[in-house]
Amino acid sequence: MKTIKTYVVALISALLVLSPVAYADKWSDQFPHIKATGDIPGECSYESMSKKNYKGKTLKINTHAVPVMGEPTALHAEQFAKLTGAKVDVTHTPAGDLYAKAMVPFQAGQAPYDIVFGFSNFINDWKRYLEPVPKKYVEMKQMQDVTPSHIGIASWDGVMYQFPVDGDRHYLKYRKDVIDNPEYQKKYKADTGKELRVPQTWKEYGEMAAYFNGWDWDGDGEKEYGSAEVMKKDDLMYAAFYSRSAAYSKNPKTPGGFFFDLKTMKPLINNPGFVEALTDWVAATKYVPPGGINFGLGDEIGSFGGGQTLFSFSWDDAFVAAMQPDSPINNKVGAAQLPGAMKVWNRSTNSWDEGFNQAPFFVWGWAVGVAKKSKEKEMAFDYLCFFANEANHQADIGIGRFGVNPFRNDDFKADVWTQIGWDKDIAQSYVDTLAQMEDSKNRVFPLRVPGTFEFNAALATAAAKALAGQLSPQAALDEAAKQWEDILNRVGKDNVRAAYSVGVAMEDNKL
Amino acid sequence: MNFKHKYVFLFPGLFVLIGILIFPIIFTIRLSLSGWNSYTPEMNFIGITNYIRLFTDDPRFWESFFRLSFLSVTTVILQYIIGFALALIVWREIKFKRFFRVIFLIPMMTTPVIMTVIWRTFFHESLGPVNDLLGNLGVEPILWLSDPVIAKFTVIIVEVWQWTPFMFLLLLAGLLSLPKEPFLAAAIDGASPFRKFVYVTFPLMAPISIGAIIIRLIEASKIMDTVFVLTSGGPGTATETSSFYIYIKGLREFQMGYAATLSFTYLVIMIISLTIIAKVLTKLMIKK
Repeated sequence: MKTIKTYVVALISALLVLSPVAYADKWSDQFPHIKATGDIPGECSYESMSKKNYKGKTLKINTHAVPVMGEPTALHAEQFAKLTGAKVDVTHTPAGDLYAKAMVPFQAGQAPYDIVFGFSNFINDWKRYLEPVPKKYVEMKQMQDVTPSHIGIASWDGVMYQFPVDGDRHYLKYRKDVIDNPEYQKKYKADTGKELRVPQTWKEYGEMAAYFNGWDWDGDGEKEYGSAEVMKKDDLMYAAFYSRSAAYSKNPKTPGGFFFDLKTMKPLINNPGFVEALTDWVAATKYVPPGGINFGLGDEIGSFGGGQTLFSFSWDDAFVAAMQPDSPINNKVGAAQLPGAMKVWNRSTNSWDEGFNQAPFFVWGWAVGVAKKSKEKEMAFDYLCFFANEANHQADIGIGRFGVNPFRNDDFKADVWTQIGWDKDIAQSYVDTLAQMEDSKNRVFPLRVPGTFEFNAALATAAAKALAGQLSPQAALDEAAKQWEDILNRVGKDNVRAAYSVGVAMEDNKL
Repeated sequence: MNFKHKYVFLFPGLFVLIGILIFPIIFTIRLSLSGWNSYTPEMNFIGITNYIRLFTDDPRFWESFFRLSFLSVTTVILQYIIGFALALIVWREIKFKRFFRVIFLIPMMTTPVIMTVIWRTFFHESLGPVNDLLGNLGVEPILWLSDPVIAKFTVIIVEVWQWTPFMFLLLLAGLLSLPKEPFLAAAIDGASPFRKFVYVTFPLMAPISIGAIIIRLIEASKIMDTVFVLTSGGPGTATETSSFYIYIKGLREFQMGYAATLSFTYLVIMIISLTIIAKVLTKLMIKK
């Protein structure tokens, strides 16, 4: 009898242990996207969603063009439709038009889309038209794992308006097989007298990029180039410029604003720090691939991820794309924080402070909300919750072109990445880089103020003129600063100051 | 007899006219006097502030306008010359005349946005076939899209390719409708083909030519999709045209009031300039 009992207990235990795997098999058979993990139990898992019935209802989504964010939106829409019986219409819109595509109907009091994708820095303009994320989703288990900084990004005044689906920051990606190659290190030293290493400053970055520009250094029969960067106007290039500017202009000794002086609201974007960064960037046009001056984000991902350049810096996507099994440079890349500078502008003393300075730029990232006027709010939040469930998230972050990047505590563990085939040291350098950025006390956060789109567009246009040789860096940034003053006058200095002070408090480590 | 009731029959047409033409223009004018933007989404009244800004503090609009003038005039002249030449070729009795007529029309039948994407791929500086081909001939890569001067000519190439067939079609229709007698007279007088063209064909084609040029100028002055897809106005602002700039201000930066000011000003400028151009062309091309 005792033996039978033991067998029964063992059988029941085995069933209990194996039951999640059984679920995983069941759902991953139908949805191969999650074959690595299977379904992971949770409030918005495949299992949970299959119990919802949205037959006869239609969910309308406006998202980015395929592939970045557009592809996972469509994929999860198709899965959601299969699970719940809902009809899901997905509209794809170029990045530059996402803002207006939502704002036009918002302002007209209409809701042609239940769900709108955009960038997290739209929050100030969009929040009055978005439905706050209901408490039951905010308190869900999957939300508890989101890092505090990304909860903050999705929220305003403690109210969450954007459902966290992505977490972004800019960092450096480099070809490890070149930078760590002893032969190239020797050759570089002989030719330049300098060390070939992960660039510590933007000047080093430029020197190495120029050296490795225009010749076949990986022996594939094609020419390679120095750097792939987002230089195309109206395609998030302003973010690339802020990344290059942070080291020269974010001085920990002068708190109170990176973009504006919070006290006076005088734009700081034409100070010598920013001008130095733009001068470096103009020089960079000489070591990008032919046509690199017109590279948007997709081009940058394709160029670095396809093995065309030595360096790149922007979002995670190019790095993850490079690390995919089908990439020609799989496990040949490394991650590091953005380069620093050997001097930083001090606006209090009006002079350069000599010494190494580094400032990570938290670009934040894709954001998504539910329209206040939507008639299908519950279904919309269920979709978003499903989009970001554990199984989908783990599958999505491993696909570079998806644009879904780490924003959960679990994502910062090297194991997550080694499980999908990354070399251990690369996975470690990647998560270390992300963690170092999270821990930095000299961070820059993007503008989240009324009219943010106008500010960024004015800066991008000016920077683009400098890159194209139409204006000198100083003249271009003077033009941008003048436009920022005009925008400030139109929007109202106090309105902008009130919103900007939140970002400044975060930069000054007061929040 | 009182015929006043006849005006009743005009009402349906009048309503349509008001709905689709008058109302949008009046609404645009009203919008242009407001500060509607992303943070003040209302039809407030700010007088002529936007117009003052346009005329005193927006060189980018005027630069884009002069760039547009250069692009549209150049493309239309090229389209006219090439279109006329092609029309003259298939106007004559040549082999496979019908086949060529269809072939010449193909670019116009394609979707501009899709064709521009294909052209962008052709001209891609590092991955496109054009530079690849030139590379095989020992020519260094040409910066088709990232050199401020060359990028303008790339836009011109695409526009000419796309819209020359339209010019060809109008001019061929014109050639086919010409009377035969003047040509017979010229032949009897022993006129050479060149003299026949200069003294008979071209003058007879002048009214049609003016119409075709004006139609194409109107269309070319709205150039937007080619620039949007090919260069996004870049590098810098080197290929930005008025309509692209208005689009940026209105639908990217969401300055609706100011974009309405730009649109209305642009409309007035276009009406005046096209009227002048039509008069000048008539004077130059039609000799009484």
